[in-house]
Amino acid sequence: MLGLLRSLWSFRAYVASSILSDFKTRFVRSRMGFAWVVINPLAQVCIYAFILSGLMASRIQGIENRFGYAIYLLAGLLAWNLFSEIVDRLMKVFINNANVIKKVRFPRIVLPVIVVGTALINNAALFVVMCVLFALFGYPLTPEILLVIPAALLVSAFAACVGLVLGVLNVFIRDIEQIVPILLQVVFWFTPIVYPPNIIPERFRGLLELSPVYHLVDVYHRLIVYAEPVPWASIAYVVVLVLILAPLALFLFRRASPEMVDVL
Amino acid sequence: MSALSVQGLSKSFRSYRQEWHRIAGWFGLPIKPAKEVHVLRDLSFSIEPGSAVGIVGENGAGKSTLLKIITGTLQPSSGSFHVEGRVAAILELGMGFNGDLTGRENVVNTASMMGIGSEELAGLMPAIADFADIGPYFDQPMRTYSSGMQMRVAFAVATARRPEILIVDEALSVGDAFFQHKSFSCIREFQQSGTTLLLVSHDRASIVTLCDRVLLLSDGRVLMDGPPQDVMDLYNALIAKKEGYDVKQVSMGGGRVQTTSGTGEASIASVLLLDEAGQALETVSVGQELVLSIEAAIHQDLPELVVGYMIKDRLGQPIFGTNTYHLQRVVTPKAGETIRYRFGFPANLGIGNYSIAVSLHRGDEHVAGNYEWRDLAYVFTVVNPSHSPFIGTSWLPPQLEVSRVG
Repeated sequence: MLGLLRSLWSFRAYVASSILSDFKTRFVRSRMGFAWVVINPLAQVCIYAFILSGLMASRIQGIENRFGYAIYLLAGLLAWNLFSEIVDRLMKVFINNANVIKKVRFPRIVLPVIVVGTALINNAALFVVMCVLFALFGYPLTPEILLVIPAALLVSAFAACVGLVLGVLNVFIRDIEQIVPILLQVVFWFTPIVYPPNIIPERFRGLLELSPVYHLVDVYHRLIVYAEPVPWASIAYVVVLVLILAPLALFLFRRASPEMVDVL
Repeated sequence: MSALSVQGLSKSFRSYRQEWHRIAGWFGLPIKPAKEVHVLRDLSFSIEPGSAVGIVGENGAGKSTLLKIITGTLQPSSGSFHVEGRVAAILELGMGFNGDLTGRENVVNTASMMGIGSEELAGLMPAIADFADIGPYFDQPMRTYSSGMQMRVAFAVATARRPEILIVDEALSVGDAFFQHKSFSCIREFQQSGTTLLLVSHDRASIVTLCDRVLLLSDGRVLMDGPPQDVMDLYNALIAKKEGYDVKQVSMGGGRVQTTSGTGEASIASVLLLDEAGQALETVSVGQELVLSIEAAIHQDLPELVVGYMIKDRLGQPIFGTNTYHLQRVVTPKAGETIRYRFGFPANLGIGNYSIAVSLHRGDEHVAGNYEWRDLAYVFTVVNPSHSPFIGTSWLPPQLEVSRVG
């Protein structure tokens, strides 16, 4: 574990230059460049808001603002996008970097770190745009909104654990890559992001309570939309999950490392 | 202290009936792999610092796997190896470059992956750009590069700092002649400063010019370990053996090994290099008239017999070769005959050691229908007692005219 951290530290220059070049390569051939990072989720918000706002507006309780539904959506998607981006990209990280892994010797743990770093920067950009939109909506911004930053770190930690497990398995069982997007869709619609939690029937409540993604999104809602106190129980639940998953993910990664190059 | 020592190194690729068996294995469940392909089998050798070692072998012999293990990208299944100092490797083409980034940006990425800090890199960058020598392309996206240009950048980064061990896998053959020359002299410079070179190549010329020792791998084992020419001769013979030829090696003394191969319907009875008086020669003067006398013993009726010879220099590079097919003297011999061939030619050669390889075969090439093929069939030395001094392997005496014209 200590060795892992030490090799990460000695490759910090590589992590930094990789995050930078990740942005460059993604946008170098598109005219709008970096703007796409925020245009994508904003388009999502517009679509949901346009289609569902009439249906949902009355059900979002506790916000006075006439853009209440949009605010609710933005808060939920801020959490969801970070989670799904990390999971989706970690799942493919070893396969996409096969070329480098096979040719250059370097600690492979830097690859997931680069992915999480890139996703956090994307998410920060979305966060800034969200704050600008809130100002335009006339929604008061309080300093408490900065509590989203530690919340984002918790989302990343959980997503990184899930993503790393999937990423390692995907090298050997490529079906993972096909199944996970479907599962992500299921989780997305099962999580109160485009709809409020109170429309979920009572008998599914227990199931919902088990979903860590629900708890994470709920933390965002409470912090951003309702300005409620931090829901420590939700946070503790996810932290415990991370503490269980992280050793499992690192164990899998350690065990798979020697054989990974063989099959890439 | 050796630069690289390898002990009992083995590598096998395991495949499982179900991939989850492999995963269950990580958790300690004793599940046997369905198939195990052994690529390296119990390899042991050690290499002195500053030496240049070539690794040859047919496709699938395990050359690249071995280099990948020493580089550190692949893990051995068992055994161990010890590397003294920093390893730089150019495996296959490129260094995992990203086509959308410019050459310079790729250099930054790769260098940081090699553990070169940004300050150090800033100092090295001009030298890297200069060595790659691809002009304005250095700041263009890499997808616009030719494979030779990618190679130039790869070589320039890998050699930005002098490594203790430089590993080059079949890469130098991509560049143009000028860059090859440049990279060879860079490698030689490193060698003089103590860098050990490991080179995989199918190109005899680069192996023989760069290496002082060659390992021949076959089926994951070291089949021969010795001086470049002898190993390359066996390697060439092994390729011929694929067609059912018999290969044997005889030690010649002085550390040289003679390789003979062939199907055996006819054999080389004698090879002699004679002067005009019919005296066998070991030392030849530049320009002297020579006769190469080759006797072939025929063991069964043959549809045709072609006799060929090749004069090679000290490094095994071909100087001159021809055969009786091209000279239009193909014969149809009967069993029990012995046929003598006398090739007369002047020794228009530069000073140095030469060897003659002889082959008996069918058709115009010795690869198809090889009755017998013998490397180092005759060895001689050329001296220059009577002509003006010159350098090179050919004697091309000029008619010199010098005049004042203005």
